[in-house]
Amino acid sequence: MNFKRIPLSALVGIIATGGFLFVAVFAPALAPYGMAEIVGDVWEPASDEFLLGTDNVGRDLLTRMMYGARITIFIAGAATIFSFVMGSVLGFTAAVTGGWFDMVLSRFVDLLMSIPTLIFALVVLSVLPGNLVTLIVVMGVLDSTRVYRLSRAVAVDINVMDYVEAARLRGEGTRWIVFREILPNALSPLVAEFGLRFIFAVLFLSSLSFLGLGIQPPEADWGGMVKENKEGIIFGIPAALIPAFAIAVLAISVNLVADWILNRTSDLKGGRG
Amino acid sequence: MGHPILNLVAQRIALGLLLLFLASGLIFIGTQILPGDVAQSILGQSATPEAVANLRKELGLNDPAYVRYFKWLAGVLQGDLGTALSNGKSIAEGISSRLQNTLFLASWAAALSVPLAVVLGLLAVQYRNRWPDKLISGVSLASISLPEFFIGYLLIYFVSVQLGWFPSVAILNETMTLGEKLNAIALPVVVLTMVVLAHMMRMTRAAILNVMQSAYIETAELKGLNPFTVIRKHAFPNAIAPIVNVVMINLAYLVVGVVIVEVIFVYPGMGQYLVDHVSKRDVPVVQACALIFASVYISLNIIADIVSIVANPRLRHPK
Repeated sequence: MNFKRIPLSALVGIIATGGFLFVAVFAPALAPYGMAEIVGDVWEPASDEFLLGTDNVGRDLLTRMMYGARITIFIAGAATIFSFVMGSVLGFTAAVTGGWFDMVLSRFVDLLMSIPTLIFALVVLSVLPGNLVTLIVVMGVLDSTRVYRLSRAVAVDINVMDYVEAARLRGEGTRWIVFREILPNALSPLVAEFGLRFIFAVLFLSSLSFLGLGIQPPEADWGGMVKENKEGIIFGIPAALIPAFAIAVLAISVNLVADWILNRTSDLKGGRG
Repeated sequence: MGHPILNLVAQRIALGLLLLFLASGLIFIGTQILPGDVAQSILGQSATPEAVANLRKELGLNDPAYVRYFKWLAGVLQGDLGTALSNGKSIAEGISSRLQNTLFLASWAAALSVPLAVVLGLLAVQYRNRWPDKLISGVSLASISLPEFFIGYLLIYFVSVQLGWFPSVAILNETMTLGEKLNAIALPVVVLTMVVLAHMMRMTRAAILNVMQSAYIETAELKGLNPFTVIRKHAFPNAIAPIVNVVMINLAYLVVGVVIVEVIFVYPGMGQYLVDHVSKRDVPVVQACALIFASVYISLNIIADIVSIVANPRLRHPK
Protein backbone atom coordinates (compact mmCIF):
# COMPACT_ATOMS: atom_id res chain seq x y z
CA MET A 1 0.00 0.00 0.00
CA ASN A 2 1.16 3.48 -0.85
CA PHE A 3 1.31 5.55 2.32
CA LYS A 4 1.11 8.86 0.45
CA ARG A 5 -2.39 7.99 -0.74
CA ILE A 6 -3.82 7.77 2.77
CA PRO A 7 -5.83 10.97 3.33
CA LEU A 8 -4.70 13.26 6.15
CA SER A 9 -7.82 12.62 8.26
CA ALA A 10 -7.28 8.84 8.17
CA LEU A 11 -3.60 9.31 9.00
CA VAL A 12 -4.47 11.40 12.04
CA GLY A 13 -6.99 8.73 13.05
CA ILE A 14 -4.47 5.92 12.68
CA ILE A 15 -1.79 7.75 14.68
CA ALA A 16 -4.19 8.71 17.49
CA THR A 17 -5.72 5.23 17.70
CA GLY A 18 -2.23 3.73 17.74
CA GLY A 19 -1.23 6.12 20.53
CA PHE A 20 -4.19 5.05 22.65
CA LEU A 21 -3.42 1.37 22.05
CA PHE A 22 0.23 1.91 22.99
CA VAL A 23 -0.71 3.61 26.25
CA ALA A 24 -3.28 0.92 27.00
CA VAL A 25 -0.79 -1.92 26.53
CA PHE A 26 2.11 -0.32 28.40
CA ALA A 27 0.11 1.48 31.12
CA PRO A 28 1.94 -0.12 34.09
CA ALA A 29 5.33 0.84 32.63
CA LEU A 30 4.35 4.37 31.59
CA ALA A 31 2.30 5.41 34.58
CA PRO A 32 4.20 7.60 37.07
CA TYR A 33 2.32 6.28 40.12
CA GLY A 34 0.29 3.23 41.20
CA MET A 35 -3.27 2.80 39.98
CA ALA A 36 -5.02 3.21 43.35
CA GLU A 37 -2.20 5.01 45.13
CA ILE A 38 -3.16 8.20 46.99
CA VAL A 39 -0.32 10.61 46.31
CA GLY A 40 -1.59 14.10 46.97
CA ASP A 41 -4.46 16.32 48.05
CA VAL A 42 -7.97 16.16 46.69
CA TRP A 43 -8.30 17.76 43.21
CA GLU A 44 -4.87 19.35 43.05
CA PRO A 45 -4.38 21.43 39.91
CA ALA A 46 -1.99 20.30 37.20
CA SER A 47 1.65 20.67 38.21
CA ASP A 48 5.10 19.26 37.40
CA GLU A 49 4.48 16.52 39.92
CA PHE A 50 0.97 15.63 38.70
CA LEU A 51 0.75 16.50 35.01
CA LEU A 52 -3.06 16.39 34.92
CA GLY A 53 -3.65 17.11 38.60
CA THR A 54 -5.21 14.71 41.08
CA ASP A 55 -8.69 13.21 41.38
CA ASN A 56 -11.45 13.22 44.00
CA VAL A 57 -9.44 11.25 46.59
CA GLY A 58 -5.99 12.49 45.66
CA ARG A 59 -4.86 9.88 43.14
CA ASP A 60 -2.73 10.98 40.16
CA LEU A 61 -5.11 11.66 37.26
CA LEU A 62 -2.61 10.85 34.51
CA THR A 63 -1.97 7.42 36.04
CA ARG A 64 -5.69 6.76 36.34
CA MET A 65 -6.18 7.84 32.73
CA MET A 66 -3.55 5.34 31.52
CA TYR A 67 -5.05 2.44 33.47
CA GLY A 68 -8.47 3.67 32.40
CA ALA A 69 -7.42 3.45 28.75
CA ARG A 70 -6.37 -0.13 29.36
CA ILE A 71 -9.71 -1.16 30.90
CA THR A 72 -11.88 0.82 28.50
CA ILE A 73 -10.15 -0.46 25.37
CA PHE A 74 -9.84 -4.03 26.65
CA ILE A 75 -13.51 -4.42 27.60
CA ALA A 76 -14.86 -2.58 24.57
CA GLY A 77 -12.54 -4.61 22.33
CA ALA A 78 -13.47 -7.92 23.96
CA ALA A 79 -17.19 -7.14 23.73
CA THR A 80 -16.85 -6.16 20.07
CA ILE A 81 -14.90 -9.31 19.20
CA PHE A 82 -17.46 -11.40 21.07
CA SER A 83 -20.33 -9.72 19.24
CA PHE A 84 -18.62 -10.18 15.86
CA VAL A 85 -17.84 -13.84 16.35
CA MET A 86 -21.35 -14.57 17.57
CA GLY A 87 -23.20 -12.23 15.23
CA SER A 88 -21.37 -13.12 12.05
CA VAL A 89 -21.32 -16.89 12.56
CA LEU A 90 -25.04 -16.89 13.32
CA GLY A 91 -25.78 -14.41 10.52
CA PHE A 92 -23.84 -16.41 7.91
CA THR A 93 -25.35 -19.69 9.06
CA ALA A 94 -28.86 -18.20 8.94
CA ALA A 95 -28.29 -16.95 5.40
CA VAL A 96 -26.82 -20.27 4.21
CA THR A 97 -29.29 -22.66 5.87
CA GLY A 98 -32.42 -20.49 5.59
CA GLY A 99 -35.68 -22.12 6.63
CA TRP A 100 -36.90 -22.12 10.23
CA PHE A 101 -33.43 -21.52 11.70
CA ASP A 102 -33.15 -18.22 9.81
CA MET A 103 -36.77 -17.35 10.56
CA VAL A 104 -36.60 -17.94 14.32
CA LEU A 105 -33.24 -16.23 14.74
CA SER A 106 -34.16 -13.20 12.65
CA ARG A 107 -37.43 -12.64 14.49
CA PHE A 108 -35.65 -13.01 17.83
CA VAL A 109 -33.11 -10.39 16.77
CA ASP A 110 -35.97 -8.09 15.72
CA LEU A 111 -37.48 -8.54 19.16
CA LEU A 112 -34.21 -7.85 20.95
CA MET A 113 -33.70 -4.71 18.87
CA SER A 114 -37.20 -3.47 19.68
CA ILE A 115 -36.08 -2.68 23.22
CA PRO A 116 -33.53 0.14 23.52
CA THR A 117 -30.10 -1.39 24.15
CA LEU A 118 -29.26 0.71 27.20
CA ILE A 119 -32.62 -0.02 28.82
CA PHE A 120 -32.30 -3.76 28.32
CA ALA A 121 -28.74 -3.69 29.60
CA LEU A 122 -29.99 -1.93 32.74
CA VAL A 123 -32.67 -4.60 33.20
CA VAL A 124 -30.16 -7.42 32.97
CA LEU A 125 -27.55 -5.66 35.11
CA SER A 126 -30.11 -5.14 37.87
CA VAL A 127 -29.89 -8.86 38.69
CA LEU A 128 -26.47 -9.93 37.38
CA PRO A 129 -23.34 -9.50 39.49
CA GLY A 130 -21.24 -6.57 38.29
CA ASN A 131 -17.97 -8.01 37.00
CA LEU A 132 -15.86 -7.98 33.86
CA VAL A 133 -17.26 -11.16 32.35
CA THR A 134 -20.89 -10.07 32.83
CA LEU A 135 -20.18 -6.73 31.21
CA ILE A 136 -18.42 -8.23 28.20
CA VAL A 137 -21.12 -10.86 27.65
CA VAL A 138 -24.05 -8.45 28.09
CA MET A 139 -22.52 -5.82 25.80
CA GLY A 140 -21.43 -8.46 23.29
CA VAL A 141 -24.79 -10.21 23.08
CA LEU A 142 -26.75 -6.95 22.75
CA ASP A 143 -24.40 -5.65 20.09
CA SER A 144 -24.33 -8.90 18.14
CA THR A 145 -27.87 -8.19 16.92
CA ARG A 146 -26.51 -5.42 14.68
CA VAL A 147 -23.67 -7.59 13.45
CA TYR A 148 -26.13 -10.41 12.80
CA ARG A 149 -28.27 -8.20 10.58
CA LEU A 150 -25.33 -6.88 8.61
CA SER A 151 -23.62 -10.23 8.09
CA ARG A 152 -26.85 -11.95 7.19
CA ALA A 153 -27.60 -9.27 4.59
CA VAL A 154 -24.10 -9.53 3.12
CA ALA A 155 -24.16 -13.33 3.16
CA VAL A 156 -27.54 -13.54 1.42
CA ASP A 157 -25.99 -11.73 -1.55
CA ILE A 158 -22.88 -13.92 -1.58
CA ASN A 159 -24.89 -17.10 -1.09
CA VAL A 160 -26.27 -16.95 -4.65
CA MET A 161 -22.85 -16.54 -6.28
CA ASP A 162 -21.63 -19.21 -8.70
CA TYR A 163 -18.67 -20.22 -6.55
CA VAL A 164 -20.92 -20.95 -3.60
CA GLU A 165 -23.21 -22.97 -5.86
CA ALA A 166 -20.14 -24.84 -7.13
CA ALA A 167 -19.07 -25.62 -3.58
CA ARG A 168 -22.55 -26.94 -2.81
CA LEU A 169 -22.55 -29.12 -5.91
CA ARG A 170 -19.25 -30.70 -5.00
CA GLY A 171 -20.89 -31.61 -1.68
CA GLU A 172 -19.27 -29.25 0.84
CA GLY A 173 -21.04 -28.94 4.22
CA THR A 174 -22.49 -25.82 5.81
CA ARG A 175 -19.36 -25.22 7.85
CA TRP A 176 -17.13 -25.16 4.74
CA ILE A 177 -19.49 -22.79 2.94
CA VAL A 178 -19.70 -20.43 5.89
CA PHE A 179 -15.98 -20.28 6.71
CA ARG A 180 -14.31 -20.89 3.35
CA GLU A 181 -16.70 -19.31 0.85
CA ILE A 182 -18.77 -16.65 2.59
CA LEU A 183 -16.42 -15.35 5.29
CA PRO A 184 -13.49 -14.31 3.04
CA ASN A 185 -15.85 -12.48 0.69
CA ALA A 186 -17.80 -10.74 3.42
CA LEU A 187 -14.69 -9.60 5.29
CA SER A 188 -14.32 -6.02 4.04
CA PRO A 189 -17.76 -4.65 5.01
CA LEU A 190 -17.37 -6.42 8.34
CA VAL A 191 -13.97 -4.84 9.00
CA ALA A 192 -15.37 -1.35 8.41
CA GLU A 193 -18.30 -2.15 10.65
CA PHE A 194 -15.91 -3.39 13.33
CA GLY A 195 -14.58 0.13 13.87
CA LEU A 196 -18.06 1.58 14.25
CA ARG A 197 -19.17 -1.16 16.64
CA PHE A 198 -16.00 -0.64 18.68
CA ILE A 199 -16.81 3.05 19.10
CA PHE A 200 -20.31 2.13 20.08
CA ALA A 201 -18.95 -0.31 22.65
CA VAL A 202 -16.62 2.35 24.10
CA LEU A 203 -19.47 4.84 24.41
CA PHE A 204 -21.80 2.19 25.80
CA LEU A 205 -19.33 0.99 28.41
CA SER A 206 -18.57 4.56 29.41
CA SER A 207 -22.28 5.28 29.79
CA LEU A 208 -22.78 2.21 31.96
CA SER A 209 -19.81 3.06 34.15
CA PHE A 210 -20.92 6.68 34.32
CA LEU A 211 -24.27 5.45 35.64
CA GLY A 212 -22.35 3.41 38.23
CA LEU A 213 -23.24 0.03 36.71
CA GLY A 214 -20.09 -0.79 34.77
CA ILE A 215 -16.61 -1.23 36.20
CA GLN A 216 -16.64 -1.18 39.99
CA PRO A 217 -14.11 0.89 42.01
CA PRO A 218 -11.20 1.06 42.72
CA GLU A 219 -10.67 -0.11 39.13
CA ALA A 220 -11.85 2.57 36.77
CA ASP A 221 -12.54 3.03 33.12
CA TRP A 222 -12.96 6.51 31.68
CA GLY A 223 -16.72 6.59 32.18
CA GLY A 224 -16.24 5.64 35.83
CA MET A 225 -13.64 8.39 36.23
CA VAL A 226 -16.15 10.94 34.95
CA LYS A 227 -18.54 9.71 37.62
CA GLU A 228 -15.87 9.90 40.35
CA ASN A 229 -14.93 13.47 39.52
CA LYS A 230 -18.26 14.93 38.45
CA GLU A 231 -18.92 16.63 41.77
CA GLY A 232 -15.90 18.86 41.16
CA ILE A 233 -17.37 20.45 38.05
CA ILE A 234 -19.69 22.70 40.06
CA PHE A 235 -16.67 24.06 41.95
CA GLY A 236 -14.96 24.82 38.65
CA ILE A 237 -12.62 21.81 38.77
CA PRO A 238 -12.39 20.32 35.28
CA ALA A 239 -11.05 16.87 36.32
CA ALA A 240 -14.15 15.05 35.00
CA LEU A 241 -13.74 16.64 31.59
CA ILE A 242 -10.38 14.95 30.97
CA PRO A 243 -11.61 11.32 30.78
CA ALA A 244 -14.73 12.49 28.90
CA PHE A 245 -12.48 14.25 26.42
CA ALA A 246 -10.35 11.12 26.03
CA ILE A 247 -13.45 9.07 25.18
CA ALA A 248 -14.41 11.64 22.56
CA VAL A 249 -10.93 11.71 21.00
CA LEU A 250 -10.71 7.91 20.89
CA ALA A 251 -14.16 7.68 19.30
CA ILE A 252 -13.40 10.33 16.71
CA SER A 253 -10.05 8.85 15.74
CA VAL A 254 -11.46 5.33 15.30
CA ASN A 255 -14.31 6.90 13.33
CA LEU A 256 -11.85 8.58 10.97
CA VAL A 257 -10.12 5.27 10.27
CA ALA A 258 -13.42 3.40 9.84
CA ASP A 259 -14.73 6.09 7.50
CA TRP A 260 -11.69 5.77 5.31
CA ILE A 261 -11.96 1.96 5.17
CA LEU A 262 -15.68 2.27 4.40
CA ASN A 263 -14.98 4.67 1.53
CA ARG A 264 -12.29 2.37 0.12
CA THR A 265 -14.56 -0.67 0.20
CA SER A 266 -17.69 1.00 -1.13
CA ASP A 267 -16.09 2.39 -4.29
CA LEU A 268 -17.98 -0.09 -6.42
CA LYS A 269 -21.42 1.18 -5.46
CA GLY A 270 -21.59 3.70 -8.32
CA GLY A 271 -24.56 5.94 -8.97
CA ARG A 272 -24.95 9.62 -9.72
CA GLY A 273 -23.60 12.21 -7.28
CA MET B 1 -61.84 -4.97 3.06
CA GLY B 2 -61.42 -1.21 2.96
CA HIS B 3 -58.71 1.01 1.62
CA PRO B 4 -55.30 -0.67 1.24
CA ILE B 5 -53.77 1.99 3.53
CA LEU B 6 -56.15 1.12 6.35
CA ASN B 7 -55.26 -2.51 5.97
CA LEU B 8 -51.55 -1.76 6.11
CA VAL B 9 -51.97 0.54 9.10
CA ALA B 10 -54.07 -2.00 10.98
CA GLN B 11 -51.42 -4.62 10.21
CA ARG B 12 -48.66 -2.37 11.60
CA ILE B 13 -50.58 -1.68 14.79
CA ALA B 14 -51.33 -5.36 15.34
CA LEU B 15 -47.68 -6.19 14.74
CA GLY B 16 -46.65 -3.46 17.16
CA LEU B 17 -48.92 -4.78 19.89
CA LEU B 18 -47.55 -8.28 19.38
CA LEU B 19 -44.02 -6.86 19.59
CA LEU B 20 -44.89 -5.01 22.79
CA PHE B 21 -46.27 -8.19 24.32
CA LEU B 22 -43.14 -10.16 23.40
CA ALA B 23 -40.92 -7.32 24.61
CA SER B 24 -42.65 -7.39 28.00
CA GLY B 25 -41.88 -11.12 28.11
CA LEU B 26 -38.25 -10.46 27.25
CA ILE B 27 -37.94 -7.81 29.95
CA PHE B 28 -39.40 -10.27 32.42
CA ILE B 29 -37.06 -13.06 31.33
CA GLY B 30 -34.17 -10.58 31.50
CA THR B 31 -34.59 -10.39 35.26
CA GLN B 32 -34.87 -14.17 35.65
CA ILE B 33 -31.74 -15.28 33.82
CA LEU B 34 -29.57 -15.26 36.89
CA PRO B 35 -28.69 -18.80 37.85
CA GLY B 36 -29.60 -19.31 41.49
CA ASP B 37 -31.83 -17.34 43.79
CA VAL B 38 -32.86 -13.78 42.93
CA ALA B 39 -33.82 -13.06 46.53
CA GLN B 40 -30.40 -14.18 47.75
CA SER B 41 -28.58 -12.04 45.21
CA ILE B 42 -30.69 -8.99 46.04
CA LEU B 43 -29.99 -9.30 49.75
CA GLY B 44 -26.37 -10.39 49.44
CA GLN B 45 -24.55 -13.36 50.90
CA SER B 46 -24.78 -12.17 54.50
CA ALA B 47 -28.62 -12.22 54.62
CA THR B 48 -30.34 -14.47 57.14
CA PRO B 49 -32.38 -17.39 55.76
CA GLU B 50 -35.55 -15.82 57.22
CA ALA B 51 -35.01 -12.56 55.34
CA VAL B 52 -34.45 -14.50 52.12
CA ALA B 53 -37.60 -16.55 52.72
CA ASN B 54 -39.60 -13.37 53.40
CA LEU B 55 -38.36 -11.70 50.25
CA ARG B 56 -39.08 -14.84 48.25
CA LYS B 57 -42.64 -14.71 49.49
CA GLU B 58 -42.93 -11.01 48.77
CA LEU B 59 -41.63 -11.44 45.23
CA GLY B 60 -43.90 -14.44 44.76
CA LEU B 61 -40.85 -16.52 43.89
CA ASN B 62 -42.54 -19.69 45.09
CA ASP B 63 -44.77 -19.61 41.99
CA PRO B 64 -43.35 -20.81 38.68
CA ALA B 65 -42.00 -18.06 36.40
CA TYR B 66 -44.82 -18.06 33.85
CA VAL B 67 -47.47 -17.62 36.58
CA ARG B 68 -45.53 -14.66 37.95
CA TYR B 69 -45.20 -13.20 34.45
CA PHE B 70 -48.93 -13.31 33.74
CA LYS B 71 -49.79 -11.96 37.19
CA TRP B 72 -47.37 -9.10 36.55
CA LEU B 73 -48.73 -8.45 33.05
CA ALA B 74 -52.35 -8.53 34.27
CA GLY B 75 -51.45 -5.99 36.95
CA VAL B 76 -49.67 -3.72 34.45
CA LEU B 77 -52.66 -3.78 32.09
CA GLN B 78 -54.84 -2.57 34.96
CA GLY B 79 -52.40 0.23 35.77
CA ASP B 80 -50.91 -1.55 38.78
CA LEU B 81 -47.16 -1.60 38.38
CA GLY B 82 -46.55 -3.35 41.69
CA THR B 83 -44.72 -2.12 44.77
CA ALA B 84 -41.10 -1.11 45.06
CA LEU B 85 -38.91 -3.40 47.16
CA SER B 86 -36.78 -0.56 48.46
CA ASN B 87 -39.52 1.53 50.10
CA GLY B 88 -42.69 -0.56 49.81
CA LYS B 89 -44.56 2.21 47.99
CA SER B 90 -46.67 1.87 44.85
CA ILE B 91 -44.49 2.16 41.75
CA ALA B 92 -47.22 3.81 39.68
CA GLU B 93 -47.36 6.72 42.14
CA GLY B 94 -43.62 7.15 42.15
CA ILE B 95 -43.41 7.10 38.38
CA SER B 96 -46.31 9.31 37.27
CA SER B 97 -44.81 12.72 38.11
CA ARG B 98 -41.39 11.61 36.93
CA LEU B 99 -42.81 10.42 33.64
CA GLN B 100 -44.38 13.85 33.15
CA ASN B 101 -41.04 15.51 33.85
CA THR B 102 -39.27 13.27 31.38
CA LEU B 103 -41.85 13.90 28.67
CA PHE B 104 -41.60 17.63 29.37
CA LEU B 105 -37.85 17.53 28.84
CA ALA B 106 -38.01 15.26 25.80
CA SER B 107 -40.74 17.22 24.07
CA TRP B 108 -38.84 20.50 24.35
CA ALA B 109 -35.74 18.80 23.00
CA ALA B 110 -37.81 17.43 20.11
CA ALA B 111 -39.40 20.83 19.43
CA LEU B 112 -35.93 22.33 19.15
CA SER B 113 -34.11 19.58 17.29
CA VAL B 114 -36.58 18.49 14.62
CA PRO B 115 -36.98 21.80 12.73
CA LEU B 116 -33.27 22.52 13.15
CA ALA B 117 -32.30 19.11 11.75
CA VAL B 118 -34.57 19.37 8.72
CA VAL B 119 -33.42 22.89 7.85
CA LEU B 120 -29.73 22.03 8.26
CA GLY B 121 -30.24 18.83 6.25
CA LEU B 122 -31.82 20.80 3.42
CA LEU B 123 -28.99 23.35 3.56
CA ALA B 124 -26.42 20.57 3.40
CA VAL B 125 -28.09 19.14 0.30
CA GLN B 126 -28.42 22.54 -1.32
CA TYR B 127 -24.73 23.27 -0.82
CA ARG B 128 -23.67 19.69 -1.38
CA ASN B 129 -19.88 19.20 -1.44
CA ARG B 130 -19.28 22.86 -0.79
CA TRP B 131 -18.13 24.33 2.51
CA PRO B 132 -21.51 24.57 4.30
CA ASP B 133 -22.13 20.89 3.63
CA LYS B 134 -18.61 19.93 4.67
CA LEU B 135 -18.84 22.01 7.83
CA ILE B 136 -22.20 20.49 8.77
CA SER B 137 -20.99 16.96 8.02
CA GLY B 138 -17.78 17.47 9.96
CA VAL B 139 -19.50 18.87 13.02
CA SER B 140 -22.12 16.13 12.98
CA LEU B 141 -19.49 13.40 12.60
CA ALA B 142 -17.70 14.81 15.62
CA SER B 143 -20.83 15.13 17.73
CA ILE B 144 -21.87 11.54 16.98
CA SER B 145 -18.62 10.43 18.60
CA LEU B 146 -19.09 12.55 21.71
CA PRO B 147 -20.57 10.89 24.77
CA GLU B 148 -23.58 12.71 26.24
CA PHE B 149 -21.79 13.41 29.49
CA PHE B 150 -18.90 15.12 27.69
CA ILE B 151 -21.25 17.64 26.07
CA GLY B 152 -23.20 17.90 29.31
CA TYR B 153 -20.30 18.58 31.67
CA LEU B 154 -18.60 20.82 29.12
CA LEU B 155 -21.74 23.00 29.10
CA ILE B 156 -22.02 22.91 32.89
CA TYR B 157 -18.36 23.84 33.26
CA PHE B 158 -18.33 26.72 30.80
CA VAL B 159 -21.89 28.01 30.60
CA SER B 160 -23.18 27.51 34.09
CA VAL B 161 -20.06 27.61 36.29
CA GLN B 162 -17.83 30.07 34.41
CA LEU B 163 -20.52 32.30 32.90
CA GLY B 164 -23.25 31.65 35.46
CA TRP B 165 -26.03 31.75 32.83
CA PHE B 166 -28.09 28.67 33.57
CA PRO B 167 -28.35 26.43 36.66
CA SER B 168 -26.13 23.34 36.61
CA VAL B 169 -28.76 21.22 38.32
CA ALA B 170 -32.19 20.98 36.75
CA ILE B 171 -34.62 20.89 39.63
CA LEU B 172 -38.33 21.23 38.96
CA ASN B 173 -41.14 21.82 41.42
CA GLU B 174 -44.84 22.53 41.32
CA THR B 175 -44.62 26.23 42.15
CA MET B 176 -42.36 27.18 39.22
CA THR B 177 -43.72 29.17 36.30
CA LEU B 178 -43.16 27.88 32.77
CA GLY B 179 -40.38 30.42 32.28
CA GLU B 180 -38.53 29.24 35.38
CA LYS B 181 -38.97 25.63 34.33
CA LEU B 182 -37.58 26.38 30.88
CA ASN B 183 -34.64 28.17 32.45
CA ALA B 184 -34.00 25.10 34.60
CA ILE B 185 -34.09 22.64 31.70
CA ALA B 186 -32.25 24.85 29.19
CA LEU B 187 -28.94 22.99 29.41
CA PRO B 188 -30.37 19.44 29.38
CA VAL B 189 -32.47 20.37 26.35
CA VAL B 190 -29.39 21.67 24.55
CA VAL B 191 -27.46 18.48 25.31
CA LEU B 192 -30.30 16.24 24.14
CA THR B 193 -30.70 18.32 21.00
CA MET B 194 -27.03 18.03 20.17
CA VAL B 195 -27.11 14.29 20.76
CA VAL B 196 -29.93 13.61 18.30
CA LEU B 197 -29.38 16.52 15.94
CA ALA B 198 -26.34 15.06 14.21
CA HIS B 199 -27.99 11.72 13.50
CA MET B 200 -31.21 13.31 12.41
CA MET B 201 -29.47 15.71 10.11
CA ARG B 202 -27.21 13.17 8.47
CA MET B 203 -30.14 10.87 7.85
CA THR B 204 -32.28 13.74 6.51
CA ARG B 205 -29.45 14.71 4.20
CA ALA B 206 -29.09 11.12 2.99
CA ALA B 207 -32.86 10.76 2.48
CA ILE B 208 -33.09 13.94 0.42
CA LEU B 209 -29.94 13.12 -1.54
CA ASN B 210 -31.43 9.75 -2.36
CA VAL B 211 -34.48 11.46 -3.84
CA MET B 212 -32.30 14.07 -5.57
CA GLN B 213 -30.49 11.36 -7.48
CA SER B 214 -33.63 10.07 -9.16
CA ALA B 215 -34.45 10.69 -12.81
CA TYR B 216 -37.38 13.07 -12.34
CA ILE B 217 -35.23 15.47 -10.36
CA GLU B 218 -32.63 15.43 -13.11
CA THR B 219 -35.43 16.24 -15.57
CA ALA B 220 -36.63 19.12 -13.40
CA GLU B 221 -33.06 20.44 -13.19
CA LEU B 222 -32.63 20.13 -16.95
CA LYS B 223 -35.90 22.01 -17.45
CA GLY B 224 -34.05 24.91 -15.88
CA LEU B 225 -36.06 25.19 -12.66
CA ASN B 226 -34.48 27.12 -9.86
CA PRO B 227 -32.82 24.78 -7.34
CA PHE B 228 -35.08 25.73 -4.43
CA THR B 229 -38.18 25.16 -6.58
CA VAL B 230 -36.85 21.71 -7.46
CA ILE B 231 -36.51 20.88 -3.77
CA ARG B 232 -39.87 22.38 -2.82
CA LYS B 233 -42.03 20.98 -5.63
CA HIS B 234 -40.34 17.74 -6.62
CA ALA B 235 -37.95 16.52 -3.95
CA PHE B 236 -39.78 17.41 -0.74
CA PRO B 237 -43.11 15.57 -1.35
CA ASN B 238 -41.16 12.41 -2.06
CA ALA B 239 -38.73 12.93 0.77
CA ILE B 240 -41.36 13.49 3.47
CA ALA B 241 -41.79 9.79 4.19
CA PRO B 242 -38.10 9.05 4.76
CA ILE B 243 -37.64 12.29 6.73
CA VAL B 244 -40.55 11.56 9.07
CA ASN B 245 -39.16 8.09 9.50
CA VAL B 246 -35.76 9.52 10.43
CA VAL B 247 -37.33 11.97 12.86
CA MET B 248 -39.32 9.26 14.62
CA ILE B 249 -36.38 6.90 14.91
CA ASN B 250 -34.37 9.70 16.47
CA LEU B 251 -37.14 10.66 18.84
CA ALA B 252 -37.09 7.06 19.96
CA TYR B 253 -33.36 7.48 20.49
CA LEU B 254 -34.08 10.60 22.52
CA VAL B 255 -36.04 8.45 24.96
CA VAL B 256 -32.83 6.55 25.71
CA GLY B 257 -30.54 9.58 25.67
CA VAL B 258 -32.75 11.09 28.32
CA VAL B 259 -31.57 8.50 30.87
CA ILE B 260 -27.99 9.75 30.88
CA VAL B 261 -28.88 13.41 30.53
CA GLU B 262 -31.15 13.17 33.57
CA VAL B 263 -28.35 11.69 35.62
CA ILE B 264 -25.94 14.44 34.52
CA PHE B 265 -28.30 17.24 35.52
CA VAL B 266 -29.85 15.40 38.50
CA TYR B 267 -33.22 15.88 36.82
CA PRO B 268 -36.19 14.28 38.63
CA GLY B 269 -37.31 12.08 35.74
CA MET B 270 -37.86 8.44 34.82
CA GLY B 271 -34.29 7.83 33.75
CA GLN B 272 -32.82 8.89 37.06
CA TYR B 273 -35.45 6.78 38.83
CA LEU B 274 -34.57 3.73 36.73
CA VAL B 275 -30.82 4.08 37.28
CA ASP B 276 -31.21 4.56 41.04
CA HIS B 277 -33.25 1.40 41.31
CA VAL B 278 -30.93 -0.66 39.14
CA SER B 279 -28.15 -0.05 41.66
CA LYS B 280 -30.55 -0.88 44.50
CA ARG B 281 -31.45 -4.08 42.61
CA ASP B 282 -35.11 -3.17 42.98
CA VAL B 283 -36.35 -5.55 40.27
CA PRO B 284 -40.08 -4.59 40.16
CA VAL B 285 -39.24 -0.91 39.62
CA VAL B 286 -36.68 -1.76 36.94
CA GLN B 287 -39.19 -3.95 35.12
CA ALA B 288 -41.88 -1.25 35.24
CA CYS B 289 -39.57 1.51 34.03
CA ALA B 290 -38.08 -0.66 31.30
CA LEU B 291 -41.56 -1.58 30.11
CA ILE B 292 -42.55 2.09 29.89
CA PHE B 293 -39.37 3.02 28.03
CA ALA B 294 -39.82 0.08 25.67
CA SER B 295 -43.46 0.93 24.96
CA VAL B 296 -42.63 4.55 24.15
CA TYR B 297 -39.82 3.35 21.90
CA ILE B 298 -41.99 0.77 20.14
CA SER B 299 -44.92 3.20 19.77
CA LEU B 300 -42.69 5.81 18.16
CA ASN B 301 -41.43 3.20 15.74
CA ILE B 302 -44.99 2.16 14.88
CA ILE B 303 -45.93 5.81 14.32
CA ALA B 304 -42.90 6.16 12.05
CA ASP B 305 -44.08 3.17 10.03
CA ILE B 306 -47.64 4.45 9.81
CA VAL B 307 -46.61 7.96 8.80
CA SER B 308 -44.36 6.64 6.08
CA ILE B 309 -47.20 4.48 4.77
CA VAL B 310 -49.62 7.41 4.78
CA ALA B 311 -47.09 9.85 3.34
CA ASN B 312 -46.14 7.59 0.46
CA PRO B 313 -47.96 8.97 -2.59
CA ARG B 314 -47.79 5.61 -4.36
CA LEU B 315 -49.76 3.98 -1.55
CA ARG B 316 -52.19 6.86 -1.14
CA HIS B 317 -53.30 6.71 -4.75
CA PRO B 318 -53.37 3.01 -5.58
CA LYS B 319 -53.90 2.07 -9.21
